[in-house]
Amino acid sequence: MFNYPMAPEQASTFGAEHDFIFYLITILTVFFTVAVMVCVLYFAFKYRRGSKANRDNIVHHSQKLEIAWSMPPLILGLVIFGLSTSLFVKVRVPPKDAAEFFVVGKQWMWHIQHPSGIRENNTLTIPVGKPVKLTMISQDVIHAFYVPAFRTQYMVIPGRYTTMWFNPIKEGKYPIFCNMYCGTQHSEMGGYVYVVSQPEYAAFVARGGDKKKDHVQTLAEQGKSLFGGNTGSLNCVSCHGEKDTERGPSLSGIAGSMRKFADGQSALADDDYLRESIIAPEKRLTAGYEGTMPPDYKSQLSEEQIRHLIEYIKTLGVAKAAPVTPTTMPALSGGTSK
Amino acid sequence: MSATVAKPDQTEGLYDPKEPLNYINVQHTLKSWLLTGDHKRIAILYLIGITFFFFLGSIAAAMVRLELTSPHGVMLENDTYNKMFSAHGIIMIFLFLIPSIPATLGNFLVPIMIGARDLAFPRLNLMSWYLYMIAGAMILCAFFMGGVEAGWTFYTPYSSLAKSQVTLTLVGVFIGGFSSIFTGLNFIVTIHKMRAPGMGWFKMPLFIWAHYATSVIIMLGTPVVAITLLLVVLERAFNIGIFSPDNGGDPVLFQHMFWFYSHPAVYIMVLPGMGVVSELIANGSGKKIFGYDFVAYSSLAIAAIGFLVWGHHMFVAGQSMYQGVIFSLLSFVVAVPSAIKVFNWTATIYKGQVKLNTPMVYALGFMGLFVIGGLTGLYLSSMGTDVHLTATYFVVAHFHYVMVGGTVTAFLGGLHFWWPKMFGRMYPDTLGIVSAIMVFFGFNFTFFPQFIVGWMGMPRRYHYYYFAPEFQPYHLASSMGASFLAIGFALPACYLTWSIFKGRKVGPNPWGAKGLEWTTQSPPITTNFETMPTDIPEAYDFDSGIDDSEYDEIFGKPKESK
Repeated sequence: MFNYPMAPEQASTFGAEHDFIFYLITILTVFFTVAVMVCVLYFAFKYRRGSKANRDNIVHHSQKLEIAWSMPPLILGLVIFGLSTSLFVKVRVPPKDAAEFFVVGKQWMWHIQHPSGIRENNTLTIPVGKPVKLTMISQDVIHAFYVPAFRTQYMVIPGRYTTMWFNPIKEGKYPIFCNMYCGTQHSEMGGYVYVVSQPEYAAFVARGGDKKKDHVQTLAEQGKSLFGGNTGSLNCVSCHGEKDTERGPSLSGIAGSMRKFADGQSALADDDYLRESIIAPEKRLTAGYEGTMPPDYKSQLSEEQIRHLIEYIKTLGVAKAAPVTPTTMPALSGGTSK
Repeated sequence: MSATVAKPDQTEGLYDPKEPLNYINVQHTLKSWLLTGDHKRIAILYLIGITFFFFLGSIAAAMVRLELTSPHGVMLENDTYNKMFSAHGIIMIFLFLIPSIPATLGNFLVPIMIGARDLAFPRLNLMSWYLYMIAGAMILCAFFMGGVEAGWTFYTPYSSLAKSQVTLTLVGVFIGGFSSIFTGLNFIVTIHKMRAPGMGWFKMPLFIWAHYATSVIIMLGTPVVAITLLLVVLERAFNIGIFSPDNGGDPVLFQHMFWFYSHPAVYIMVLPGMGVVSELIANGSGKKIFGYDFVAYSSLAIAAIGFLVWGHHMFVAGQSMYQGVIFSLLSFVVAVPSAIKVFNWTATIYKGQVKLNTPMVYALGFMGLFVIGGLTGLYLSSMGTDVHLTATYFVVAHFHYVMVGGTVTAFLGGLHFWWPKMFGRMYPDTLGIVSAIMVFFGFNFTFFPQFIVGWMGMPRRYHYYYFAPEFQPYHLASSMGASFLAIGFALPACYLTWSIFKGRKVGPNPWGAKGLEWTTQSPPITTNFETMPTDIPEAYDFDSGIDDSEYDEIFGKPKESK
């Protein structure tokens, strides 16, 4: 028999509010559809040609009536607009204490890195009841990270960090879908979110995830070994030391600060700016410097490594006043290129 | 009936074995069709073209529906499946829906309805058809040369990087854009400058208002998408960085520019449908349309506000949150003029003299489907729910309700209504009603399950869903509904073609309808009117009396009943 679900599971804090708005609009839709159809069919039958229904006092025009029946759709629309905008703001602004996960989308898989440095492919293991923020970037085309059970998704765009967050309320296994068409195996670019209890998650972190590596480094630690002077590193430190030198500015405290550029403009050093300065430093040169930094790091570094460097730079001191993440600065992560 | 027509032709011609001259039999050579400047002949050429492409697009849709009956697919490779849904979208949007009503019914009727002998620029009109066919040929070539799998939206950077025939397809769509620009230009000039003496703006049928609003959108919007697609072509050809971040471009910029046209394009598709339905409802109810000026102005309001809502496609695309708020608010506002139209149509039927023939049944079906299509738009203009529903099958269902339930139903209704005018023959009305009901139910069976499966999280453009087998019953229901719908579409194709040769001949006004097109013979002569109409009555002037003599002859007098 028909024992299939009619609605997706509610597994995040957004679920209840989202579904309330959804069902509210459903009630309106059903009401108006039925009302219009009943009127139309009843009139069409009652006033069929040749019927003796009363047709006295035909009116062709009534401004009052027009205004009267424009109001309910407008007012109901504005009510829904208010409710759902307030939900959207919650969905888009992550809480400050959210654990930051890093996600790279590529054709056709998801690379995920925990704050502790644990890596997962196509799975995301998170503790129940703790807000999780994803900072995401694509390595090729646009993807979208979509967890229906959490009622949220966001596009994963190449060349720019985007973020989303959620707070799972129920343990379980929930599908992740890529929800932006990305080519041959688009429909298989998915995976699962495993929401586990907090002790289970602690154990998961303690054993270094499922891969059981000997030692897992955090993102910043991995960034440090890329940055530092040891073998295999990029040796960024030779130019970007603790103090500004002729060759390069110091990166201490740069994250989140206002930067002045050689062309006289200035901007906040957010994640997108730091990323751009690593792979295309010539675009916005710090005032007082010439473009001596090699421009080919884009080809040497993966998106993960770029992220590791950014996380390391952030540990060099973050300016207190200014927020760093793109979500809290919508104006700077706006739609068009600057 | 002050607008004069050739009386002898009108009455005797019906029974005369030798037909009176009309735009069809005036010349018989193929050349006379291919080099015609007659808007009516060009409308027929367009009708043949869009029917052909509708058929091709339907085959692609059938393949997609067949694949989705099983969570593992049925017979296609992933890439082939992706090419199928891309072909379906590209053909149906650019080669069927956008030209459908304006280029066929609009081309045929705009000059006649306003009392003109032709459109302002007949050769431009013919040029528009040739561009349309060239565009169609290029897009078809692209499919036969390996196809295109970028989807009809051509999102960058996927379309910049894709190795398939994206360039050829884009050039085809670009050329097709000029075909619709020419049509829009022709309509605007014709409606401004060529109305018969006495045909004031507020005496025009609402069909004309709708086409006027549509033409304005076409003229303002199409150039933007044309240049956008051209930029993608340039990016592919010369590797310049516009949308591709590897070369310093911005992929989201494409989405802004694309939807700046493609959201208004929804109104390009649906406004003419609303114009058709206004005619069907008023004439089918034998009553002046309720709130004429509100219905007319609502078309203009939709055209204007419709340009300011494109960002509601991008709530989760890296657009600023505050931008989203504005776009969401305007999207709720643009729903109001559509609601006004629906309420006015309902009030028009009230106390009318309703003739429940095929066109009216289609019009009633349109109202049901369009109301659902419009209201489900609220889920998507509301940001909180859109975050979950965007790009799922919910969206697929929503826009099919608007595009197929709205535009295609209106197109079929209009085609049935003006068919006797276009070809001078009537089709079997009972079969027409049966097909209209089949389209209505088949359509709902096909697309209603998609609302549910989308709400459950099924993303669009997915080939497989074995990881979520609970989606299958909805896909099965949808595919079965689609077979039903296909019969509903095939039926009119058969009996309408049959009627061209064997249908009952009709006179000027078989429906007892109002409007200048019903004062001239069926089919009209090349110059539309023997004597140009003057002294134009109000639109839908049923208060001055209804001439149902011909209608009674065809359909019988109504039985007196309660």
